[in-house]
Amino acid sequence: MKTFKIGGVHPQANKLSAGQRIQQVALPTQAVILLDQHLGAPATPIVAIGDSVKVGQLIAAPTGFMSANVHSSVSGTVTKIDTVTDAWGRHSPAITIDVEADHWLESIDRTPEINRICRLSKEEIIKKIQNAGIVGLGGACFPTHIKLMPPPGKIAEVLIVNAVECEPYLTCDHQLMMEHGEEIFIGISILMKALAVQKTLIGIENNKKDVIDYFQRLANRHFGIEVVPLKMCYPQGGEKQLIDALIGRQVPSGALPIEVGAVVQNVATTFAVYEAVQKNKPLIERVMTVTGKEVKNPGNFLIRFGTPLMAAVEMAGGIPENTGKIIGGGPMMGRAYMNTDVPASKRTSGLLFMPEQDSLREEPQNCIRCGKCISACPMGLEPYLLTNLSERGLYNDLEKNGIMDCIECGCCLFSCPSHRPLLDYVRQGKATVGGIIRARNAKK
Amino acid sequence: MNQLIVSPAPHVHNSDSVAKNMYSVVIALVPAYLAALYFFGLGALLVSLTAVVSCVLFEYLIQRFLLKTKPSVWDGSAILTGLLLAFNLPSNLPIWMVILGALVAIGIGKMSFGGLGNNIFNPALVGRVFLLISFPTQMTTWPRPLGNWGLASYIDAETAATPLAMMKGGLAEMPSHIDLLLGNTGGSMGEICAAALLLGGIFLLCRKVITWHIPVSILLTVALFTAILHFANPTVYASPLTHLLTGGLMLGAIFMATDYVTSPMTFWGQIIYGVGIGILTVVIRTWGAYPEGMSFAILIMNAVTPLLNTYIKPKRFGEKRKKEN
Repeated sequence: MKTFKIGGVHPQANKLSAGQRIQQVALPTQAVILLDQHLGAPATPIVAIGDSVKVGQLIAAPTGFMSANVHSSVSGTVTKIDTVTDAWGRHSPAITIDVEADHWLESIDRTPEINRICRLSKEEIIKKIQNAGIVGLGGACFPTHIKLMPPPGKIAEVLIVNAVECEPYLTCDHQLMMEHGEEIFIGISILMKALAVQKTLIGIENNKKDVIDYFQRLANRHFGIEVVPLKMCYPQGGEKQLIDALIGRQVPSGALPIEVGAVVQNVATTFAVYEAVQKNKPLIERVMTVTGKEVKNPGNFLIRFGTPLMAAVEMAGGIPENTGKIIGGGPMMGRAYMNTDVPASKRTSGLLFMPEQDSLREEPQNCIRCGKCISACPMGLEPYLLTNLSERGLYNDLEKNGIMDCIECGCCLFSCPSHRPLLDYVRQGKATVGGIIRARNAKK
Repeated sequence: MNQLIVSPAPHVHNSDSVAKNMYSVVIALVPAYLAALYFFGLGALLVSLTAVVSCVLFEYLIQRFLLKTKPSVWDGSAILTGLLLAFNLPSNLPIWMVILGALVAIGIGKMSFGGLGNNIFNPALVGRVFLLISFPTQMTTWPRPLGNWGLASYIDAETAATPLAMMKGGLAEMPSHIDLLLGNTGGSMGEICAAALLLGGIFLLCRKVITWHIPVSILLTVALFTAILHFANPTVYASPLTHLLTGGLMLGAIFMATDYVTSPMTFWGQIIYGVGIGILTVVIRTWGAYPEGMSFAILIMNAVTPLLNTYIKPKRFGEKRKKEN
């Protein structure tokens, strides 16, 4: 069975909410729709206070090239356009809407029928995806339409669908695939048309045997789509690792996947593409996992953006008594929340409640030079060395030793027997070196 | 829930720790320790207890009173150093020499560099080589293995030469390979039973405490090098199997050379290190003044380790492709 070739670790999967059917979270009385739900500049509001909006209506337009549309996920009246404090204490621009009824735009097809035929041209598909405000739902929220337009001179040869879900605990993609497999395959066919590729590989880790079986049956009916079971190893869902695992090509340092002829899309994104292109439905909701060892009913929830996350948490049985840490996303790369009074957004793949006793790190000890961070690093870096250099502020050496290649997967810290805060230092160093490189490029 | 704990990712750990690694090595040494007790009896018990207790005590005292840091003796590294030091000593060595060896191992070999993780040389070997150079007679007089858990074996024990010393005097009276494998031979208390040491090595490999790179590269290099010599002149040079089973080669390859702190961290670094130790061991054994080469070989390659760590880099992701272009 295939997997990537360098490094990797095996955290406990803890997929507590696996197999739980997707439940719809009820509409809130007030929705707070964030305007920076994507990589790049926050979107610019195009509605004013007092305007009434419908579900699916565009309320904020992209600011510049790297940005994305934001649509209203509820119907009602715009009451506030200002900033709110997000889960990490930053101020984020947002539009607040008081919810009245549930009126959708007429153009959106809300029937359950699966619409299989797409006669649109390449350009029309990309336009529709862009208009629908679709971004990568794997976590980075990279605007999808940009990925579908390779820079001149680069040709996409293969579409890679990331159905790995290697983060422990998270099951939202798994459940989406089980419930909406057909739509996902149509979404993939549409993306293949948009990219003009003949071949798609869907990478799924072999702990999801039910999906592999189901998808292999579906793949028999679709030309050019192949399901590839992968040997479990974290971080297989990392873009570069997945490409390596599936087609054995390593994306060079600093380059994008298109360099080796690949375009990677998350499986949840392909479903969003189906809905946008075939149903005219913009990206206004997503599936998220609410989980944790002490959570009463861990599950998967379909939540409209802007709905307070606590609404989904209530459905899972509320915040457990002894919660020490709340993590947005999985335990390997997710970010700890300092504020729970936040709305769902395109970024929200899951909420993980960690019991207090699991929340604190152990006391760090001296580095014993065991080299376990080196064998764990999927990018072939030397985390112990980067940590030392970062601690001492030797930014030139950091750059030479490849700090910008770090994907911040956390394998180094995960496997350090001395519990050294390796990734913390690497992240700091990477931020500084990144700034230095940008400044240098700006001078040229 | 009162306040949320906020820290950067990752939020989980594989629950490995320094202490777990150290105690795993201690457990892996148990079979060889039992063999030592069986063949050398009371002497082995006395020497090992003294070494372990004094290593732990010296580390505690130095951290508490000289460095004024929080003592960390329970991470198991001092216990391990003591045990490995004892394994490299004859079982009838005077107690005061054992204590002196422990002081040099911990005081000079480890703490003077800044404690765990900062030392350049394997502390147990620093202690051992110090004793070997200072007290050559006592350090090269080994009791005859009795094989009866003997209590009277510490004082006035009969002495026996080690196979490697015999090798220097010609190959006539070498013990059989079976005796070497089981440990029925003269030598330092922990090095005699190759089978028990191999068993410990397999345990460490399974627990992923060590990787195969260093032990295998050492053993293969020694086997290859001595095979060439043996093939060239079988009357002067012992067979590869004899070399592999004697003189602390197993102990060194599996337990001493693989010390995290003093061995290289990358794949090729570890291979070069292992090959270096193998070559140096055979050279010292065959042409050096001492019959025993493992300790010196490891210490010399310890000194090369920082260099290997600096210049031998792991293969970066996407690197090969870059060169092709």
